Amino acid sequence: MTWFARFSAGLKEFYYGPYRQAFARAKQEEDDLFMMLVLSEALGVPNPASYYTAELLPVMYDRVHEWHTRMGLDRSPLDQFSCCC
Amino acid sequence: MNSVLLAVIGVAMILAGYVLYSKYLANRIYRLEPNFTTPSHELTDGVDYVPTNKYVLWGHHFTSVAGAAPIVGPAVAVIWGWLPAFLWVTLGTIFMAGMHDMGALWASVRNKGKSIGALSERYIGARGANLFLVVIFLLLLMVNAAFAVVIANLLISTPTAVIPTWGAIVVALLIGQAIYRFTWNLAAVSVIGVVALYTLILIGNQFPISLPETVMGMPDNAVWIIILFVYAGIASILPVWLLLQPRDYINGLQLFIGLGLLYGSVLLAGRDMVAPAFNSNVPEGTPSLIPLLFVTIACGAISGFHGMVASGTSSKQLDKETDARFVGYFGAVGEGLLALGAIIATTAGFRTLADWESVYSAFNEGGVTAFVDGGGSIMNAGLGLPTSLSATVLATMAVLFAATTMDTGVRLQRFVVQEAGDAMRMTVGKGTATIIAVAVALGLTFGAGLDGSGGLLIWPLFGTTNQLMAGLTLGIIAVMLLRRKRTIVPVVLPMVFLLAMTVYALFVQLGTFYRDSNWLLLVLDLIILVAAVWVIVESVGAMNRARQGEGADDEEVERASISRDGSS
Repeated sequence: MTWFARFSAGLKEFYYGPYRQAFARAKQEEDDLFMMLVLSEALGVPNPASYYTAELLPVMYDRVHEWHTRMGLDRSPLDQFSCCC
Repeated sequence: MNSVLLAVIGVAMILAGYVLYSKYLANRIYRLEPNFTTPSHELTDGVDYVPTNKYVLWGHHFTSVAGAAPIVGPAVAVIWGWLPAFLWVTLGTIFMAGMHDMGALWASVRNKGKSIGALSERYIGARGANLFLVVIFLLLLMVNAAFAVVIANLLISTPTAVIPTWGAIVVALLIGQAIYRFTWNLAAVSVIGVVALYTLILIGNQFPISLPETVMGMPDNAVWIIILFVYAGIASILPVWLLLQPRDYINGLQLFIGLGLLYGSVLLAGRDMVAPAFNSNVPEGTPSLIPLLFVTIACGAISGFHGMVASGTSSKQLDKETDARFVGYFGAVGEGLLALGAIIATTAGFRTLADWESVYSAFNEGGVTAFVDGGGSIMNAGLGLPTSLSATVLATMAVLFAATTMDTGVRLQRFVVQEAGDAMRMTVGKGTATIIAVAVALGLTFGAGLDGSGGLLIWPLFGTTNQLMAGLTLGIIAVMLLRRKRTIVPVVLPMVFLLAMTVYALFVQLGTFYRDSNWLLLVLDLIILVAAVWVIVESVGAMNRARQGEGADDEEVERASISRDGSS
């Protein structure tokens, strides 16, 4: 690594480091909202875009457990999907 | 005495402290282990726990702890003469601040990166944790109120700083856009940002802006204070990438440039100190040096706020435990140098003793304005910059420090309000919490009159609260050392001194507030006094229990002996 690359990497860390947690929190909130949109039909909320969001369901199922525990729900709120007993 | 000689002696003393005393603390007292698995490795999550290069981490730590306080405190305290302030800053940095900051890092690292609040529960007891919440709430409240007044007064006394101060917000907004929207190279953006900031300083110097003396029946500083709180409220709600992050970053760069300019000018100007070493001719109403000196200069000598930063964020990023010496102790060295620069600027930056005395005509009168005027004069002599431009540079530097601390302070106070709401099973929204945080600070600022004098009156109270926080941290460190059967003298002596001075100062102020019938500050003083006595009682009890062998940290002692690769 040249000195300039090292300096550049240090500068970047100096810029991003202090706000890492704030970004992670913002990203999580965004992901939770997205999850809510994708699962809206399954939660009983009519969703005009469900034709498109349905395609995303298999990808999102992996993260359901993490999501519902973060939302303060001990069990999965989805009738057809139980991730924890 | 010549200011260059004082600067050289001061810097040499502080650096010798780093080379010699921090080595003793690291090897004999904290016994930093190069092979200890730090929380950044043990709990790596890419968010809070990230092993970070020690130089970069020092940069984060130093810019987080260096706000306006190491300038404001010394700039007020030189009213007793430059020697007491010089001795307290140098000796305080060497024997107290460095030890405290390094110790807070070590204590947190040995407890999975937990903050001082969580550690107080473990080592001092559950009541210690409640006490911590009260102290932190008061500390944030005072930072927000006092810094708003400091900035408002600076904008009035140095109208040339108005354009660069508010222009810096535009520069920060553009930097945020350039980096996230246009993904420009950070190094190039940094250079453009710094050039833009200094161009604004040049423009501001040509076009000073002052508010009318009264606006809608309010004095001009009251208007500035309200504008500042509205700004801080909005800034604390905006996404961090948009304003706070680039603003903190450009302010960090400005800190390094400002320190370089100040010390460079001191060396080139070679001014004599015009202020007396001991001021026997203090203005009427000035409180006595002992104990007020030791609470007026908090940041720059020893500050509890550093422990919060060290245990809150820095400890989670420490790559090796031995890095605590550089990050913690040398972070305190950086702040001590800033305070030393402020002492020199406010005592060597005037032409005659009469000039200096006219500025320091009453306690709390000199302050940051004296730093701007005196420092401006030194920069004029050293670097040949016009006096007005030098003053604008320094005023902008002081305002930016105070403003970034203030908007972060409002943001943190919002979190405290929301957490308090959660504890009472009430959901407090972002907007409502911000309004509460701003309203409480505004109430305190205007508590002693519409001129906002309440904000600065509480400055010594900020000092005492901050020192109390430091006392609590030292108490935790002492308990940890006792449980490991190590000597506690280097920790307990400063702790006793600090708490004695704090309680003494609180009693002195209590009398003053009573005589002035200032009931708001009297109540605040009483709360802090109760908290101080509480800290002492709880700490002594915890130390006694630890001395009798209760709760030895066997688990940690064992962990310490296990190297990162698993061998003993």
